[in-house]
Amino acid sequence: MLAIARQRMLGQSFKKILPAVSVLRSYSSAAKQITVREALNSALDEEMSADPKVFLMGEEVGEYQGAYKITKGLLEKYGPERVLDTPITEAGFTGIGVGAAYYGLKPVVEFMTFNFSMQAIDHIINSAAKSNYMSAGQISVPIVFRGPNGAAAGVGAQHSQCYAAWYASCPGLKVLSPYNSEDARGLLKAAIRDPDPVVFLENELLYGESFPVSDEVLDSSFCLPIGKAKIEREGKDVTITAFSKMVGYALKAAEMLERDGIYAEVINLRSIRPLDRSTINTSVRKTNRLITVEEGFPQHGVGAEICASVVEESFSYLDAPVERIAGADVPMPYAANLERMAVPQVEDIVRAAKRACYRSVPLAATA
Amino acid sequence: MAFYSKNPRNIINNLKSKVGLWSLMKQSHGTCSYCSCLNTIHLHRFLPLTTLPQFTNPDSISHKKGHFPHFQRFQSTTTEKQIDSVPNGEHSQVLDFPGGKVVFSPEMRFLSESPSVYSQCYRVLDDTGQLISHSNFVPVSEEVAVKMYSNMVTLQTLDTIFYEAQRQGRISFYVTSIGEEAINIASAAALTSDDIVFPQYREPGVLLWRGFTLQEFANQCFGNKADYGKGRQMPIHYGSNKLNYFTVASTIATQIPHAVGAAYSLKMDKKDACAVTYFGDGGTSEGDFHAAMNFAAVTESPVIFICRNNGWAISTPTSDQFRSDGIAVRGQAYGVRSIRVDGNDALAMYSAVHSARHMAVNEHRPILIEAVTYRVGHHSTSDDSTKYRPANEIEWWRMARDPVTRFRKWIEINGWWGSEAESQLRSSIRSQLLHAIQIAERAEKPPVNDLFTDVYDNIPSNLREQEKLLKETINRHPKDYPADVPI
Repeated sequence: MLAIARQRMLGQSFKKILPAVSVLRSYSSAAKQITVREALNSALDEEMSADPKVFLMGEEVGEYQGAYKITKGLLEKYGPERVLDTPITEAGFTGIGVGAAYYGLKPVVEFMTFNFSMQAIDHIINSAAKSNYMSAGQISVPIVFRGPNGAAAGVGAQHSQCYAAWYASCPGLKVLSPYNSEDARGLLKAAIRDPDPVVFLENELLYGESFPVSDEVLDSSFCLPIGKAKIEREGKDVTITAFSKMVGYALKAAEMLERDGIYAEVINLRSIRPLDRSTINTSVRKTNRLITVEEGFPQHGVGAEICASVVEESFSYLDAPVERIAGADVPMPYAANLERMAVPQVEDIVRAAKRACYRSVPLAATA
Repeated sequence: MAFYSKNPRNIINNLKSKVGLWSLMKQSHGTCSYCSCLNTIHLHRFLPLTTLPQFTNPDSISHKKGHFPHFQRFQSTTTEKQIDSVPNGEHSQVLDFPGGKVVFSPEMRFLSESPSVYSQCYRVLDDTGQLISHSNFVPVSEEVAVKMYSNMVTLQTLDTIFYEAQRQGRISFYVTSIGEEAINIASAAALTSDDIVFPQYREPGVLLWRGFTLQEFANQCFGNKADYGKGRQMPIHYGSNKLNYFTVASTIATQIPHAVGAAYSLKMDKKDACAVTYFGDGGTSEGDFHAAMNFAAVTESPVIFICRNNGWAISTPTSDQFRSDGIAVRGQAYGVRSIRVDGNDALAMYSAVHSARHMAVNEHRPILIEAVTYRVGHHSTSDDSTKYRPANEIEWWRMARDPVTRFRKWIEINGWWGSEAESQLRSSIRSQLLHAIQIAERAEKPPVNDLFTDVYDNIPSNLREQEKLLKETINRHPKDYPADVPI
């Protein structure tokens, strides 16, 4: 009970602290702050302006300005031919987007959440991901599928699943997941410019969060490489990998761990497929301990793949078993207290890091 | 949603004309079914006795989202009077809804689930190859007709020989188009090479018409080094960028929304071309079909949907597939103009596709063509259709309703063909095919590195590494690997 109350208080206070902390950590020049929403909107705007082949499709992207206002102002600026409000058929508009990509246009298809992409997953996998291979290079599919992924707040089981592991298992797709505004801008631009189909997993709760960005990031030619992870915070004692919202939690956990003398290295994966195995392994070879963090279900998750990769390539460097922090193995409950317990919290990461550093009893012993 | 708010006037006019027609039917036609009357009006309006230019709507330039002028061609003049006679003001039986004005009636009347008369089927040549009197059709020159016939014969022979090759174990799998040669060739002949084709898998004739050689067909079936697909797919999964024919995928009906997307792109690029997609009666049960039809109508995309209603989806007859009166009637449900055609009548198919293309490209609208035919062959070489249908039914369709013979009779009547030309053609094609198979069979398979390319635009490092490891393994244990796969 007490723990939950404390969590709530901490959560609120951390929300206020975060922007200041990021400023201290980031660029020395007086940084402008933009929200992830603004970052995505500006990236779409710039890419549409630069290339007339780019166009948007999805439910409510036009007149409604986007279900989460990501596409605000774009219908007005580019007109209904380039910002398409679609009927309610994920399978339909995904298929149509893929057809347009086959022809040579560059559609950016929005799913209101990635949960709804399940209705269109045949087109994403069988028509987009595999086409270049099956046609032996004759059909390339320069399409981007984007939308919020993972848990939001109080939206229940059918609106909260994380699809990173699902899409990242498929060869032919690229899967990206940004954390902050810089990631959002750089990775979305890279995704739109990439000739392969890209699944772009955003996070609804991050849309409203502000992050500082340098002038370089705000430049319209800014782009981040696909397949490179970012070391958000350097450390020497334990490596924590995370993506999307969990990067924020991992950073907070690292703060807390520092007070106890544990210096954690936080890796923001940015790219789930291709996974930056080299950065992860280099970091593990330095720290000798690994915690993977994700919101999704534990079995066959992103953490499982990272763990296997590290065991294959850096086994002799590990001083402790790899631990995976993941969402609870249940469909997401609705009640706020249950929802909180079904998603990883900062404390879970802290405790796992301490176990990895042998500061507390290993989990297996308590089972 | 967005579209309604943009075009209130056109939607209102649309509904007005539709509803007006309906009440007209109710009043003056008694037992006449809604569907068949509408179909009759369709036919009389867009296939005039003179040729093409007559039915070009001068107002049809794309950017006006005007449904109204087009619908005018489909109404009889009495309908208009009917609308005007609906009183406005306090006795008005018309009310506004978001979709437009709706006329009310105190009489409870359900729309019937099936028409009293099945929708008409357009046909021009009778079973003996004679032109039916008073028929409207788009004329073909001798050159085109002879080319159509030769291609139909080639397709038929190609199918027969490749089927036998599979039975002999020389290729692993094959799908024939026997009985559907007219649909394949006549539709292809009515299109231009700029039109983008999204096939299912029973339309190799379209590729044949466009210039895919017998050798190229054989290469794909044998999966050799010269296969454009680099040996990655089963036989009959042909594709050719050059000929605007998208690679066949095994998934059913997924190509239908793809075609709409491509059509939309063609419209955006203002190209003088349309997208064409083929599918069977079974494919129309897939969700993709419905989503695509709806989308095509809403986005006003220049796409032609050609349904090969051949009566069977593997062993599922159409009576177990749907309960609607075939496919053409569904067009109206989505706001798509449609027609039912005798798929075994090459001339009717040609005319229908020709007209459809004209409407699609010039008016930016989708068209649905239901070509009724019969799947004479088995679903594929993995099927024995005598298990679920009578052998004599198959034989009857193969002989009495053969589209190739029917068209042959017509060109012979015109003096464009004879028995000598026939035997010459058949033996020439046969020997070319056997030769192509021999060459394809003996050719090398694709090299091992083709296993790893094209997953992405650029080969990623992990695959390059795996390729290296594989080659090393093969070099160390050559006996464990096939000899005809080059490294």
